[in-house]
Amino acid sequence: MSLRIEDRERRRAWALLAPAVLWTAVFFLLPFAIMAAMSLWQKTDDGIERTWSLVNYMTLFGNPTYIEALFNSLEITLIVTLLSILLAYPLAWIIAEEVPERYRRLALVLAVVPFWTSYIVRSYAWSLVLAKQGVLNTALEGIGLPTLDISNSRAAIVLGFTHFFTMLLTLTIYASLTQLPPNLRRAAADLGAGPWATFRHVILPLTAPGIAVGAFLSFALCIGDYVTPQILGGGNDLALPQLIMLQLGRRADLPMVAALSIVLMAVVTLAYLVVARFMKVAR
Amino acid sequence: MKQTRYSITKGDLNLKNTTAALALLTGLSSQVQAQELNALVWCDHTDPALIEPFEEQFGVTVNLKEYEGTGAGLSIIEQSQPGDWDVLVIDGIDVPRAVEAGILAPLPKDQLPYDTLFPELVMADNHEIDGQVYAISEKFGYNTVSFNSDNVSAADMADMTRLWSGDFAGRLAVYDYYLPVMGMIAVGLGLKTADLKVEDLPAIEAALIALKDSAESVGDIVSSQTAIATGEVEILVGGGEFVTAGLTGEMPQLDWVIPDQGAVRWSQSIGVFADSKQPDLALEFVKYILSPEGQARLATSSCYWAMPANSAAGTVLTDEQMRALRWEDQAAYLARAQLYPAPDAELDAAMQDVWTRFLAH
Repeated sequence: MSLRIEDRERRRAWALLAPAVLWTAVFFLLPFAIMAAMSLWQKTDDGIERTWSLVNYMTLFGNPTYIEALFNSLEITLIVTLLSILLAYPLAWIIAEEVPERYRRLALVLAVVPFWTSYIVRSYAWSLVLAKQGVLNTALEGIGLPTLDISNSRAAIVLGFTHFFTMLLTLTIYASLTQLPPNLRRAAADLGAGPWATFRHVILPLTAPGIAVGAFLSFALCIGDYVTPQILGGGNDLALPQLIMLQLGRRADLPMVAALSIVLMAVVTLAYLVVARFMKVAR
Repeated sequence: MKQTRYSITKGDLNLKNTTAALALLTGLSSQVQAQELNALVWCDHTDPALIEPFEEQFGVTVNLKEYEGTGAGLSIIEQSQPGDWDVLVIDGIDVPRAVEAGILAPLPKDQLPYDTLFPELVMADNHEIDGQVYAISEKFGYNTVSFNSDNVSAADMADMTRLWSGDFAGRLAVYDYYLPVMGMIAVGLGLKTADLKVEDLPAIEAALIALKDSAESVGDIVSSQTAIATGEVEILVGGGEFVTAGLTGEMPQLDWVIPDQGAVRWSQSIGVFADSKQPDLALEFVKYILSPEGQARLATSSCYWAMPANSAAGTVLTDEQMRALRWEDQAAYLARAQLYPAPDAELDAAMQDVWTRFLAH
């Protein structure tokens, strides 16, 4: 009888899991397998030659420009992720700890507002702000300060990205902060810990999962983004997604596009493994 | 890139959709499909003022997908099913490539306005293969230098090599399309675009890298136009009438010039897909675009202005429009401009490698 119940529960579990498994298989694993296979084919003058080889990967890792694009992407993404954490933590702390409860919801809504606009609109808005004769420089001139020349640069890309991902991280860190039981802080104080020691040894470790999840999301979204570097970088910094678009749009070299995409996915997977290890959820 | 269905703005969408649904249910889908024409085009064809008269005349919907650069177009075609597309707009120099790939169908020469086409735009070497015409020029212009005359003068632009000398550091933008800009630099270096070889590329790359050191930005048509129109830059390398002509009324200070060394002439051609399911309607579209009215509308498209290939458009364009297009100066311009480079596969790959390094620099 008990076996029958276990069987029934197992079947039920599989039935519940089936849509998600099917979805993942059809819309992730299958396209991924096709992309992986295509990365081993070659583009020729007559189309795509479907013979297996590592030519695309050898070209990719043997071309300094491609490697530079990969490192540009990594550098931009790591700077953005780090800056976003540094800005988001105090912001989340202020919302969770300092803002009166009745205004907290409003503060969160304000944090979420950037998500309501598209990447393109947000990036063009930043380009208008940072332009030579844009909002920022007009304001600086107005108060007698020297103007900044950061439009069409890596600084502009980092700024545009950081604006968005700070808000994303604020939400994940805020969620961690509000889940902390208040008596942990009281216990730490009872044991003689000052505010800094309490933060360092109690609050920060307990909110680390929120930081890690937000940081991973920021990393994955940032390294794969094409629009922001294209609009704010002004074609002065070649990142990996732009290289992928060049191969797709100019050369129609789908096998090389697939190889570059696999490398991009490998980088994101590595980042996930680091985060998973950090959170001790790696199996 | 976007797919645009202009019927959406015409108020008859519901009727068309209902008809399509009923027809599909009753097995009449082929008749409904015959009412839609699918065209792969440059952005100037997406102006409703150009497309709507054709749609109204023939009672059809024209579905347009825009692309920029032949590579992008071929990529879209490779990912499409045979019969998906009816009309192709493509760089004139790339027509042989499209014919060789079996993309284009022969056109009936006697039904096309060859008698009024500007002679330089006939381009038989590009459009006719084994005695068959596969495409016809529809619009042309120059990749040269656009500038803001409030800040720099035409005399400043006379010597093209000054662009990469550092004289205009931080004051110029570059149009992000490797063929015209590399062709232009080749002209500036005294090379013939038609004779470009892989061995010429190091000198072109050196000039390009020097140009990048002076460039504020590198962008597509819209970004480049925005950069010069907003004052972000004073000079656009690779620009021309397609950047400034449409803005003549609002921003008369935007000008363009062909430097002493010359410039590159671009031209776009139109043809019918070999596997089009409605070649007759596609041919009608080609004929409409080449008609004086179609040519005038195409020349003054909201995306970018440029010269029509059919001189008969002059009977439809206003004097003001013809002045903005510099109609009277075309003979002199045509004499001083060389065609886009038409690289073979090896040279094309090498040019794209150079351009990638230029972007990464």
